[in-house]
Amino acid sequence: MRAISFVRQFVEAALAIAIAPLFTGWIAQCRAWLQNRSAPPLLQPYRMLRKLFLKDVALATGASALFRATPYVLFGTMVLAAAIIPSIVTDLPLARVADSIALVGLFATARVFLSLAAMDIGTAFGTLGARREMMIGFLAEPALLMVLFNAFLLYGSTSLPSLVDGYRAHLSVIDPSVIFAALAFVMVALAENARIPIDNPSTHLELTMIHEAMLLEYSARHLALVEWASSLKLFNYACIGFALFLPWGIATHGADGAGALLIAIAALIGKLTIAGAALALIESLSAKLRIFRAPEYLAMAFLLAVLGLLVHLLVGA
Amino acid sequence: MANTLAVHDLRFMLFLVAAWMMLGFAGFLRPHSTRFVARLLFPTGSLLCLGIALLAGLFLASGQAAQVVVLPLGLPDLPFHIRLDVLSGFFLLLLGVAGTGISTFAAGYFRSGEGTAPALLGLGYHLFLASMAMVILADDAYLFMVAWETMALSSYFLVTSRHRIPEIRRAGFLYLIMAHVGAVCILLSFGVLQGGSWQFTFDAMRAAHFTPFWATTAFLLALLGFGAKAGLVPMHVWLPEAHPAAPSPVSAMMSGLMLKTAIYGMLRISFDLLSVRFWQWGALLLALGLFSALFGAIFAAVQTDMKRLLAYSSIENVGLIFTAIGLSILFETSNMHLFAALALTAALVHSLNHALFKSLLFLTTGSVLHATKQRSLGKLGGLIRRMPWVASLALIGTLSIAGLPPLNGFVSEWLLLQSFLFTPQLPHAFLNMLIPLGAAALALTFALAAYVMVKFYGVIFLGQPREASLVNAHDANWLERLGLIWLAVGCVTIGAFPQLALLAVAPVTGKLIGQTVRLSSTVWWIAPIAREQASYSGLILLAGILSVVAITFICVRLLAHGRIRRTDAWDCGYPWQTSRMQDTAEGFGQPIRHMFGTFFRMDRNLPSPSDTAPRYRVYIEDRLWRAIYLPIARGVQKLADWIGILQGGRLSIYLLYSFLTLLALLVFVL
Amino acid sequence: MHASELITEILRVLAAGLLLISFAMLSGRRTQQLITLFAWQGALLFVSTCLVAYSSGLTEMYYSAALTLLLKVIALPWILHRLIKRLGAQSDSEQLVNVPMTMLAGLVLVIFAFGLAQPISSMATTITRHTLGIALAVILLAFLMMITRRKAVTQVIGFLAMENGLFLAATSATYGMPMVIELGIALDVLVGVFILGIFFFQIREQFDSLDLHNLESLKED
Repeated sequence: MRAISFVRQFVEAALAIAIAPLFTGWIAQCRAWLQNRSAPPLLQPYRMLRKLFLKDVALATGASALFRATPYVLFGTMVLAAAIIPSIVTDLPLARVADSIALVGLFATARVFLSLAAMDIGTAFGTLGARREMMIGFLAEPALLMVLFNAFLLYGSTSLPSLVDGYRAHLSVIDPSVIFAALAFVMVALAENARIPIDNPSTHLELTMIHEAMLLEYSARHLALVEWASSLKLFNYACIGFALFLPWGIATHGADGAGALLIAIAALIGKLTIAGAALALIESLSAKLRIFRAPEYLAMAFLLAVLGLLVHLLVGA
Repeated sequence: MANTLAVHDLRFMLFLVAAWMMLGFAGFLRPHSTRFVARLLFPTGSLLCLGIALLAGLFLASGQAAQVVVLPLGLPDLPFHIRLDVLSGFFLLLLGVAGTGISTFAAGYFRSGEGTAPALLGLGYHLFLASMAMVILADDAYLFMVAWETMALSSYFLVTSRHRIPEIRRAGFLYLIMAHVGAVCILLSFGVLQGGSWQFTFDAMRAAHFTPFWATTAFLLALLGFGAKAGLVPMHVWLPEAHPAAPSPVSAMMSGLMLKTAIYGMLRISFDLLSVRFWQWGALLLALGLFSALFGAIFAAVQTDMKRLLAYSSIENVGLIFTAIGLSILFETSNMHLFAALALTAALVHSLNHALFKSLLFLTTGSVLHATKQRSLGKLGGLIRRMPWVASLALIGTLSIAGLPPLNGFVSEWLLLQSFLFTPQLPHAFLNMLIPLGAAALALTFALAAYVMVKFYGVIFLGQPREASLVNAHDANWLERLGLIWLAVGCVTIGAFPQLALLAVAPVTGKLIGQTVRLSSTVWWIAPIAREQASYSGLILLAGILSVVAITFICVRLLAHGRIRRTDAWDCGYPWQTSRMQDTAEGFGQPIRHMFGTFFRMDRNLPSPSDTAPRYRVYIEDRLWRAIYLPIARGVQKLADWIGILQGGRLSIYLLYSFLTLLALLVFVL
Repeated sequence: MHASELITEILRVLAAGLLLISFAMLSGRRTQQLITLFAWQGALLFVSTCLVAYSSGLTEMYYSAALTLLLKVIALPWILHRLIKRLGAQSDSEQLVNVPMTMLAGLVLVIFAFGLAQPISSMATTITRHTLGIALAVILLAFLMMITRRKAVTQVIGFLAMENGLFLAATSATYGMPMVIELGIALDVLVGVFILGIFFFQIREQFDSLDLHNLESLKED
């Protein structure tokens, strides 16, 4: 019994590591289609990673150990987070290690490490990117926490597996607060993953970049790990969103045989396909905000989440 | 075995406290020898700290009843009552653990030829430690006030140890005033608490009964007094002046330990001495705490002096602790004892954590100060390459204080957020609607704290050195390293084994609230309420990150390669990059200044475009200073002028005053 | 699940949607966008009135629902669209003062509205009584929107949104007002919009802009 859950745990983490770049590739493809460009192949991110792993690292002269350790730390935290989030099964040995609040903390750890590494070389862009990233982070994190509070009010737990199991038990019509929470979550997820209204993942325009500015000094295998970690982060956010709002198909505690597992994997891939297309659509429809407008955008997400809490307390009760 | 030892806990402790005082005076055997004071007395004091910590830990672990001793000291009819119970045990543990690290560091820190004679410093330092211990051990208002004032005075002399600098004198003066205003409030609070019995022992106060009005008066006076000491907004103004002015080990003691005595006093009065509590108190503490936390975090983000930044961060952390206490009172008065215990646990664990990581960070600023002679963030940078020991230990402190898992800051942050989750169940209609906004403010504070600490660490230790002189910076000496390592290990240990902190806190919440947070699981994880609801495991998280990192590293090395080529940093095709092009501390504060402009009074000097030697300056001032303190100061000045009329200058007029006073007294007596 | 329970749940979701739209209007910059939002608000109101009519079995409510559809979803947005086209103000946008602060004020208003509605909704017996707080909040938010705006057209939209809130309040507390009153209000709103439209042209002719800021110069010094 215990052994099988460890096997599931391993399968889930391995699956996350394996398909996270695919998800990124799928989004890039959808974006290209929507924008009437010829799309890159679906497996482009893997080729990219392979190329990067084979190159020699060009390391800036002043780089400290922190700078070299950060890609590994980023990748480590993201893999761990992927192992904790119930993307296909809820009965995971690691799932009790961190509830959703601790997951937010884990993401914050990754963000702080990346920002510190960006400041390490001491170039103007690195520090600029670090500052902006932390600014986005400190506005996005409270909004995310409020979304989680909302989930706690609905299902009485902050632990994601319990949330998914609890959702099965309730299965009522949508609570009004969920609309607010889901909107806020999507806004936060876009901002946290350097997506379009806040940051453009495919630009190196100096004045506007955030995420890319921090990676300027990274090359070869370090860059590969950071990129992989970024796609894992996006994947993780998607899975948190599924666990919170669309938990259909996830194999719950007690009903997780091989068949349920296969259904869960199929459901996950289906949800990721739709979510990726939706993300590409949002990105194609909206314009990137000026950096000064970013606080406004995130404040809106934050207020939406709080509003969700209030609506739940007042109408739902 | 443990029991026979523990019976004498209190006596041992008093012995250790007395030994501290003797250490202080022993310095006068060779008053000018830094070697004697620093290399002999301070390490001994550090061992005594360790002893206190061990005794307090043993006492908490043995779970026995409070111990009482009456010392035949003090005034004839007012002997000193001393008592060791779980609450004081916990705070002594905190004092001992953090004090060990600070004293060890201090042994390496004080150099000859700096300001006050070493013997005087040693005296002030050890008296400070001893008086803090006595504040925690006191069992009557008289001893409490004596110890409290000794603590204020000894720390005042430590703050002004470099009294030739006018700013430091000014900071010390402000500190002294605020300390005394606070002490007067505490004294008045005790005056109310004795309830007409004129018995000043705490036992008599516990037995007294109060109407809601008098209980609230006592509580508010205590809040003013202890809030002034703890730096609660708006009584915080002295803190960012005094803490940076002191030598770094003293700053560490003031921020890490002295603020905790105020927390202790607040808990002692509101949970132990007063038998009734009202939910309004909790709401007040919650509001003040949240405001202080947010205020501290915002101001810390715009500071350009590393020690001031940490001082404002202390205000933030004290705010968090008060928030948790307020929440605990709210729950307790609504008969939700388990949640009250959870919130109180968060407050106590955060006190312990703050003592560890704030001391650690203040001490690292001491090392940086010694190595570079710079306090201004704008003139530091790149020290990770010159001071690897200090930098890596400071990184642990930074990650802890930023509230990042798997270190200790996150544990208390997590507990506090967990207890906030239950606020919607409170039976106060408007309050439980407003508290989600409070939770939001709390989340914002935590996230801002991370921002502040990235600024702190990034600007000091990372990047290029901003001044040429930084190339000569040297790492800390071995005693300093030892002190830092002790505190850093504390941070990591509590982060990985939060159970330890919870175990130390459990007897305290058991006594104050009658309920302990259930440690519903094993060594592996903590689950304060129920496992299905929330659980957290620092240990597995730490081990998980480390093992994934290790596996990844090995895989990358095996499957790819490890070739590295050293090159210059990418310069965007502009080869004349200098270290001055990095983001400055002001630059890092810019988004905060932009967003929270209403909090500050800003004064900016913007250079004109044609300026050949442009300088950009921005002064940030606290609005509360002008709104509250300056009017009070003007009022006092006016009053003094008015009283000054009495000063006629002629001797016969003064004699007349005495004569009239005498007459008035005689009439009164008749 | 029971049908009436289902309807109650859906009504709550719709009410929450109305609140959401109010906040969107509070933060919206472009006039056209505001008109679209207003139309959506009307549409949600229409659906929720229909549902209330169905569950309470009151035929009257169907009429008022139809009135909502005609007036607020079709007629008024069309008139407004035409109006701004004639005024050449389609792409008008205005600088808002500190959106986060306005939103925060909005949040406080929501809490206040709910606190206010609590005693009334505990007395009401309608299935929509929980939404009374939201209705009050919609009214207050529309008011806040009118305070923070300076353009004439947006003021009118705020005014209309306020009327939406009133309508929702009436349905949630007492299953709507008597038909006569409702018709009267509808007519008032329609006439009001026409008159205001005429005012717009006058204002623009006088000041060459629709910024109400200009009206300040009319006061006597």
